[in-house]
Amino acid sequence: MTRLFLFLPILLLATLGMLAPAQSQPLRLQITEGVIEPMPFAMPAFVPENSAGSQYSDALARVVAANLTNTGLFREVPRDAHIARLSSFDASVTFSDWRAINVQALITGAVEVSGNRMSVKFRLFDVLSGQQMGQGMQFAGSTDSWRRMAHKVSDAVYSRITGETGYFDSRVVFISETGPRDNRTKRVAIMDQDGENVQMLTDGRALVIAPRVAPAGDRAVFTTYETGSPRIALMNLQSGQRQLVGDIPGAMTFSPRFSPDGRSLVFSAARGGNTDLYRLEVGSGQMSQLTSSPSIATSPSFSPDGRFITFESDRSGTSQIYVMPSTGGEARRISFGQGRYSTPVWSPRGDLIAFTKSNAGRFHIGVMRTDGSEERLLTASFLDEGPTWAPNGRVVMFTRESQGGDPALFSVDISGRNLRRVPTPGPASDPAWGPLLP
Amino acid sequence: MTLTSKILLVLATIALAACNNPRAGGGTFGGGGADGMGGGFNDGSIQAGNLGDPNDPNSIAHFQQRIGDRVFFTTDSTSLSDEGRSVLNGQARWLTANPQYAIVIEGHADERGTREYNVSLGERRANTVMQYLVAQGISANRMRTVSYGKERPVEACAAQRCWDINRRAVTVVSGGRTS
Repeated sequence: MTRLFLFLPILLLATLGMLAPAQSQPLRLQITEGVIEPMPFAMPAFVPENSAGSQYSDALARVVAANLTNTGLFREVPRDAHIARLSSFDASVTFSDWRAINVQALITGAVEVSGNRMSVKFRLFDVLSGQQMGQGMQFAGSTDSWRRMAHKVSDAVYSRITGETGYFDSRVVFISETGPRDNRTKRVAIMDQDGENVQMLTDGRALVIAPRVAPAGDRAVFTTYETGSPRIALMNLQSGQRQLVGDIPGAMTFSPRFSPDGRSLVFSAARGGNTDLYRLEVGSGQMSQLTSSPSIATSPSFSPDGRFITFESDRSGTSQIYVMPSTGGEARRISFGQGRYSTPVWSPRGDLIAFTKSNAGRFHIGVMRTDGSEERLLTASFLDEGPTWAPNGRVVMFTRESQGGDPALFSVDISGRNLRRVPTPGPASDPAWGPLLP
Repeated sequence: MTLTSKILLVLATIALAACNNPRAGGGTFGGGGADGMGGGFNDGSIQAGNLGDPNDPNSIAHFQQRIGDRVFFTTDSTSLSDEGRSVLNGQARWLTANPQYAIVIEGHADERGTREYNVSLGERRANTVMQYLVAQGISANRMRTVSYGKERPVEACAAQRCWDINRRAVTVVSGGRTS
């Protein structure tokens, strides 16, 4: 198997001149507040700094523009409306030309290619104030990873304007589905967050479900039926090597998730009609039982500080969300609304828990504070389930299945805006969003 | 299941009955359980076995078609219905009369729940059947349970009709003798 996370030495080459400290009103989007109108931006083709660079000048700009547009926070002013033409990356910007077409954020870029190496530069301008925002940046790497460089530019632009960390240079592990619905073939797959560069990680011979990515993005865990019964597989995403872990004789083991330090797994073991949570130290193989309730406890997820685990249990009679210390102990119920609550997942920011809720024949993705307060439903459909957080905790991705349709991946802001289908080559389910890549 | 495969199944059943040759179906025709056997065997493996004549009370075909190889559950429930208990009583009698067979009890859920919860729910349903058979005198050593959650529906029509037949526990008789 090829290396999945391409090694990309990224050089942050200091300033590229034109350093103009932001003054007056900085260009800023507060994404926690209701954004009524997306910010108009212009992203002209990257200026090719040599002839080999010209083959990427349009493609890089397209990826950046798509990333920003897909957030729902930005609106591209199309290129055919542009008045100014960039002749060189260092030429001074004619702000009046951009103001005339109501552009607020201008991104300029340049690309140079030599052999299989490329370097990409960009600058961000606040058109209204006529100022450069922050310093220019340069990224260098292999031409194979040209999309990643466009994602890096997108992350930097997003971050400067919103004040939040970006999430474009990240990957998503998911289940790729083929075949008839009553006898599906499922494979673990990985792709860029925008649906590009899909690679299959398993061959489809064994049923696999619900993968999760390690916090460092180097490994994944998932449930496999390769032995004929649910077992947990731990896969190295660089080498493709995998092993079964957390075997408990006589039990079905499933629903694994990494601890924030990546050293432990928490998972479910079902036997005798009862499902409990266990914790496994991956290095030593040491295992401990976290719950012992005559009920179902599954879909566990650590808090980002590693101190707590949220999970679902039907100990009260229906599925509800609980929080307990990550070493086990008393669990506190936090969901009390109408309906059933499942698949709680702690936000990487620590402030929210995303969940699946089913009520009155509909399924929802929602978020609540970690004490269960301020519940907010973000979606409603025939079947929505299994949220996973973007690395910046501002977007969740999940599985949506329309009635009689195939499952697909969707994403939505935690504000409930910008519901979007994430493109995949075929039916897809169980997304697990990995970290922002270094 | 597509309409075509349904028709083929009906035709195969008619053909089997008409020629009255229990071996005609060989190991590939899963009797009345053909539609539900997707999870009965490991993916990719082929198990050959003679299902026998359903009129022979000791045949696997009889177990599947006359006694019934599955019981059904209501939404989110693991309780056996009277009808389900009656099917399991028949299974227990067959297993008592045919001690050379082992069984795998598959638990399944409908699609109206989250994936991992449904694995737990399927395990509970399989365990309910296993405990019932144990209470009827069948040794636990002859049984294994597995849950497929909502991964192996009998039919996926996204309607109540399908959910009702997908919430099930299927008793799969394995050809091998118990150790």
